[in-house]
Amino acid sequence: MTSLPANPGTKKLGLVIDLDICVGCHACAVNCKEWNTGGHSAPLTDENPYGADPLGVWFNRVHTFEAGDGADGRTVHFPRSCLHCEQPACVTVCPTGASYKRETDGIVLVNAETCIGCKLCSWACPYGAREYDHADGVMKKCTLCIDRIENQNLPEEDRVPACVSTCPASARHFGDLGDPDSAVSRLVEERDGYDLMPEMDMAPVNKYLPPRAPARENPAMQAPALAPETPETEAEDGFLGWVDRMLSR
Amino acid sequence: MHPAYSVIFFTTASSTGYGALIWLVILAGTGATTPTFAFGAVTFVIALGLITAGLLSSTFHLGHPERAWRALSQWRSSWLSREGVAAVVTYVPALVFAAGWLLLGTVEGIWLWVGILAAILSAATVACTGMIYASLRAIPRWSNPLVVPLYLGFSLSSGAILMVTLAAIFGMTPGIWAWIAAAATALTWAMKKAYWRHIDTAAPTATAESATGLGEIGKVRLLESPNSSANYIMREMGYGIARKHAARLRTISMVTGALVPIVALVLAGFLGGMPALAAVVLALLGTAIGVLVERWLFFAEAQHSAMLYYGASDV
Repeated sequence: MTSLPANPGTKKLGLVIDLDICVGCHACAVNCKEWNTGGHSAPLTDENPYGADPLGVWFNRVHTFEAGDGADGRTVHFPRSCLHCEQPACVTVCPTGASYKRETDGIVLVNAETCIGCKLCSWACPYGAREYDHADGVMKKCTLCIDRIENQNLPEEDRVPACVSTCPASARHFGDLGDPDSAVSRLVEERDGYDLMPEMDMAPVNKYLPPRAPARENPAMQAPALAPETPETEAEDGFLGWVDRMLSR
Repeated sequence: MHPAYSVIFFTTASSTGYGALIWLVILAGTGATTPTFAFGAVTFVIALGLITAGLLSSTFHLGHPERAWRALSQWRSSWLSREGVAAVVTYVPALVFAAGWLLLGTVEGIWLWVGILAAILSAATVACTGMIYASLRAIPRWSNPLVVPLYLGFSLSSGAILMVTLAAIFGMTPGIWAWIAAAATALTWAMKKAYWRHIDTAAPTATAESATGLGEIGKVRLLESPNSSANYIMREMGYGIARKHAARLRTISMVTGALVPIVALVLAGFLGGMPALAAVVLALLGTAIGVLVERWLFFAEAQHSAMLYYGASDV
């Protein structure tokens, strides 16, 4: 059913991505590919992977932008994946019911058994989050790692999306954005988290935390240099003392 | 947007077929034509043939054509599904109307009402096609109130020219019907001009700044793409056409699709016999080229907001 859930639950699982912290290492994108090519939507086909013009399905891609100029300019690494919108046009345009939004937690998924591969959902998504698998003939997208977050076989600390578990800088956070007291909701509140392209009216669940303002008065980056130390030489006796005296003349 | 040939063929062929069907019902309803078997047989085969060929073509670009029947299920939310349902349902009254014409030689009373139903459903199918595009917020140039009237306009004008041509082949003098086709063509291309003016001058809906949320820092530009070669999104949504090429193609489509057919149809209205036939055939050829170029441009000129993440500054 591609109509949105009539009675959506209060739970809204999603990601919070901290653009102040992200270092653009692409580890989240690589671990996403690694996990999901064996997960719910497996495989994430690569065509011509070792050729001059490879083409492959990725659920998470890291873009790098420059914003502003001169001293005020910033380089911002920008991971981008499905935002699991509350008003997802990709779901309502689906003619077959393959695209759906889960009532229990708001995760947007594709049923690969009923997808006809018309690609209209990828046209409807303003964020370019859906990627078509030419080999399978179906549309694929971020599942928020439903096969990790609900996986009883994993230790509890690993029941987070692959991108979150792998981020070496802790720039990615996973949780319930429908609960105002959750850690992710508090983070969004404290850091003025925002929606991407709000003018598209998709009401994305995932939020982005803006880069912090740079410190205007740059604190010194290192301790002051020590004055060069000239050790006091003590006169030595004996043969070595004689050599020292002879050479110091 | 990538101009897929299967979708261009579908939207032009099927819409011309539906338009021809609508005009066939109008010709029959007004008594402009008598339901002769030969004219009816050829016209129904061509109109329904164009519709069917277009619908089949639209399934060729599917990843799983064998599952196409599933597309009839989500008419509550999806314009694509509504289009599919309307297309399938239209066959029923269209074939019943054809049966009345071809087997019983009648297009009156209940048979005409069935025909009118087929005409209404044909227009509804074309309107659904337009709504598929007009409802996509992610492609701001399509998301405007001219798109649905344009799809209906092209369906009715190219259908009218096809119908007038077929009637002329069967010895009918085009007369006022050529002028009606000319008026429909002129109206449609006037709307197309307005559409082009709109997409050239409309303020951007989204920008690289709103797509990244980094506008407070300053102007946003892509420094590094996430991938070294083009990905699916860039191939499907990132089709770009140089402005000067677009301008030239717009002129070609206006000359072949509007100027030539309108002049030829106005002349055909005064003529009879072979000269009239030659004029309407010329109008049909011109409109075929003009509409195909116009439809190619409709896709090629449309910018998708996802490209804001791949270097576009606004859409």
